[in-house]
Amino acid sequence: MSSAITVLTREYASPPVSEREILRYAGCVSSRADEATVALMRDCLVEIGGSLTYKVCYCELDEQTLLPFTDVSRQLKHLLNDCIAVVLFGATVGVELDRRIARYGVLSPARALMMQAIGAERIESLCHAFCTDLSKEYGAPLTPRFSAGYGDLPLDAQKDIFAILDCPRRIGLTLNDSLLMSPSKSVTAFVGIR
Amino acid sequence: MNFLELLKNNTVYLDGGMGTLLQERGLASGEHPERWNITHPEVITAIHQAYYDAGSHVVSTNTFGANSLKFSPDELDAIVKAAFENARAATKASTSPQKKFVALDIGPTGKLLKPLGDLDFEDAVAVFADTVRLGVKYGADLIIIETMNDSYETKAALLAAKEHSDLPVIVTNAYGADGKLMTGASPEAMVAMLEGMGADAIGANCSLGPKQLTDVAKRLLAVASVPVVMKPNAGLPRVENGKTVFDVSPDEFAEELAELCRMGVRVMGGCCGTTPDYIRALTAATSGIAPAPIHPKHKTVISSYTHAVTFGDEPILIGERINPTGKKRFKQALVENDMDYILTEGLNQQERGVHVLDVNVGLPDIDECEMLTRTVCELQAVTDLPLQIDTSDTAAMEAALRRYNGKAMVNSVNGKAESMAAVFPLVKKYGGVVVALTLDKSGIPSTVEGRFAIAQRIVDTARTYGIDKKDIIFDTLAMTISADTGAACVTLGALEKIRRELGCHTSLGVSNVSFGLPCRDAVNSTFFAMGLERGLSAAIMNPYSTDMMKTCYTYRALRGLDANCAQYIEKAADFAVAASPAAAVATDASVKSPENYASELQLSIIKGLKDKAASLTAELIASVPPLDVVQNEIIPALNTVGRGFEQKTVYLPQLLMSAEAAKCAFECIKNAMSASNTQTESHGCIVLATVHGDIHDIGKNIVKLLLENYGFDVVDLGKDVPAIAVLDAVKKHRAPLLGLSALMTTTVPSMEETIALIHSEAPFCKVMVGGAVLTQDYADRIGADKYASDAMEGVRYAQSVMG
Repeated sequence: MSSAITVLTREYASPPVSEREILRYAGCVSSRADEATVALMRDCLVEIGGSLTYKVCYCELDEQTLLPFTDVSRQLKHLLNDCIAVVLFGATVGVELDRRIARYGVLSPARALMMQAIGAERIESLCHAFCTDLSKEYGAPLTPRFSAGYGDLPLDAQKDIFAILDCPRRIGLTLNDSLLMSPSKSVTAFVGIR
Repeated sequence: MNFLELLKNNTVYLDGGMGTLLQERGLASGEHPERWNITHPEVITAIHQAYYDAGSHVVSTNTFGANSLKFSPDELDAIVKAAFENARAATKASTSPQKKFVALDIGPTGKLLKPLGDLDFEDAVAVFADTVRLGVKYGADLIIIETMNDSYETKAALLAAKEHSDLPVIVTNAYGADGKLMTGASPEAMVAMLEGMGADAIGANCSLGPKQLTDVAKRLLAVASVPVVMKPNAGLPRVENGKTVFDVSPDEFAEELAELCRMGVRVMGGCCGTTPDYIRALTAATSGIAPAPIHPKHKTVISSYTHAVTFGDEPILIGERINPTGKKRFKQALVENDMDYILTEGLNQQERGVHVLDVNVGLPDIDECEMLTRTVCELQAVTDLPLQIDTSDTAAMEAALRRYNGKAMVNSVNGKAESMAAVFPLVKKYGGVVVALTLDKSGIPSTVEGRFAIAQRIVDTARTYGIDKKDIIFDTLAMTISADTGAACVTLGALEKIRRELGCHTSLGVSNVSFGLPCRDAVNSTFFAMGLERGLSAAIMNPYSTDMMKTCYTYRALRGLDANCAQYIEKAADFAVAASPAAAVATDASVKSPENYASELQLSIIKGLKDKAASLTAELIASVPPLDVVQNEIIPALNTVGRGFEQKTVYLPQLLMSAEAAKCAFECIKNAMSASNTQTESHGCIVLATVHGDIHDIGKNIVKLLLENYGFDVVDLGKDVPAIAVLDAVKKHRAPLLGLSALMTTTVPSMEETIALIHSEAPFCKVMVGGAVLTQDYADRIGADKYASDAMEGVRYAQSVMG
């Protein structure tokens, strides 16, 4: 029987915002976005700013815990080959974005779309901030992130990932029966330290 | 001595961590600790016994995750049975002298409830009920609901505990460093809801150490009328040489909790990382502190899933617009099941600054129970304002109160015996602040004394149901002065007498006072001011009335409730705008020619200027038939933008902003036609849904907006819709076209199943599909008639199908 793994949590202040990325997620080429679109984006950023939370839970996996995942996914096994350590993490920017998206689904689909784009950019930036820290702490570069549903790692693996990380309790991240995550702006992933 | 007797006058000690101790003893990652009740009974019993020996009055069974979502009925029964056997064995084995109790421990399901997640509220209640029944069967002394990080799930668990047991219930929530639950509830909101439902002690556990929870403890103590519970972690974990260690030692933990105990915390224990050593240190450090007496707080409070609203000196504004009385357009929305219209009424009132939304959807010929429940659920998915459930149908009242996520206002009860007998049990069970009308079987008394006597009787009767007068707000019934010029004086006299002598808060439906008079806003707002000065706490009012809002903000400034008159000054700018431009636009209209307006309206739609599009449309339909405005103005503007989108010169956000502006223009036209009873010619009806299992609906909403823009009637079934419900709607509306959306690969099979069902049972209906994971190839494989890569393509297909 594998020994218990310690799951730790971190909370981040707002990582730097990339307006370009937000516009890209909203379906625009940023250099050609019109004034009204840019104004809408900035207004949405001001509105949502303070109500996002940036939470991560993570653990370093031992070989036994990792094995069931690399057994089913050759791509994951290949990616993590020769890594000195493997970290599994869950990250979320919280439920408030989902609430705004629902709210503006009624009031203003343009705003809902923009909130959606902001959420996509925010969760990416959070993952980036966390991985940058990991890389510094281990003093080594990281592999790209690898999530359930990529390549040959089935989405079903989310169930095991959630069992290991205890995401609901640690960061309020839950898994639906259809394997969607709530809050929706969330990521779980493996990352190897080279 | 039973548990409640112990709780009444003593400091009560709970136990400490279980999960972290089991990990040290070999519990593997991802393994269910609850199974250890059966596989390692000696380990569990030894931990319980160590806690009793350290001074715990209460140990919690090892059943944190013991629920019917994780275990089969037989295994669940076996786990709970073994858990109680282990705890009882420890009770017998421990020789320490204190009274000992065993609590059924209930943790969260690990799922998020709808609308944020996919677990239905009633399903959650049923899951908790299974565990509660087993706890009762195996002899629990009390129930501890703990580590809940969502108010709705907490409500489901407490409701299950109350419905399936008579046991005392302790409820503790996991608050974050921001002093809120993960889904946003404040400590004040949780106390309002949980006390309303009859929790015996309320508090916080897990997530942080005692020091970081000090602020939460203070806030709970300030508002709770029941004992406050603190069960913090041993600080934060870190990994040291491969082992998990926590950063607060037993002595530090005990000292920090002793500080909270001196502030008034009455029930204490530990959570993650704490051990029997922590509890031993805690009992030693706090046994000399006199248990703080529990004082009732006498506050009139309602709550939503994020915050509490307390009645006091600040006038509470209750928006009256979600109500069909006298509103043709609203009635039409109810009949047509147009939920978006109803939600928009709610959200717009929130933007105007109301604190509470009144919700009344009563209309002959509609199922009020179903409609009210649905409206409450949909409203609380989009707004965090507390709601006032407004109905005379007690079945609808109960259904809505049950689903309400917080402590609602209930409108209303009156002095008739049958009214009180129907409403008070609901208020007692679900919690709530009930609006009581001072009338009885003889009608509305014409004197102050008569209305006061009814109020007195209502308070006395409520007490027999266990409802305190703080949870009753009196409405002394505003009646029009056009029929009786003394009416307002009696209403205000009764109001003042009740406020001063009974100490209860008050509310009035202000606008009734001016019925039948010209310039009603002036009468209403002056009456409002008079009421406030005589103790009116809340008003059911129209927030679009500038006069009423002016009175409210002016009163606050004059009463010293608005520091530096800041809010008054901020609002004054709005008042000034409201006063002039309507007039200015009207004069404008008389000089400019209709042709100019036409192009201006098109321009405002193309640029996405909602307010301008609406006001220009309103002017235009005064002289031009509404359908001509649609054909000659709105559709050409939409076509311009739509073509731009297809040619990639316009991006999606711009397309949507234009569509929203067009929608505002349409809303004006709909209002006008609804008022004049003009029948519209429909292009036929399109059913839209996000398929079962999928909760993403932004794409579907975009398609809906554009289809509506192009004149199609859309029946939107929402998200996570079962195939059979889609079929029912398609058949009911005889829809020639169905649009289905799915975001995830895992939900495409559910789309395929829906398409198969429609094709076999409703062959007259074409199915178009869209969504992030779909491609033409994928759509072909699952049998869709059409794959639309974006919303405009969906519109074009609808035009080709429906002519």
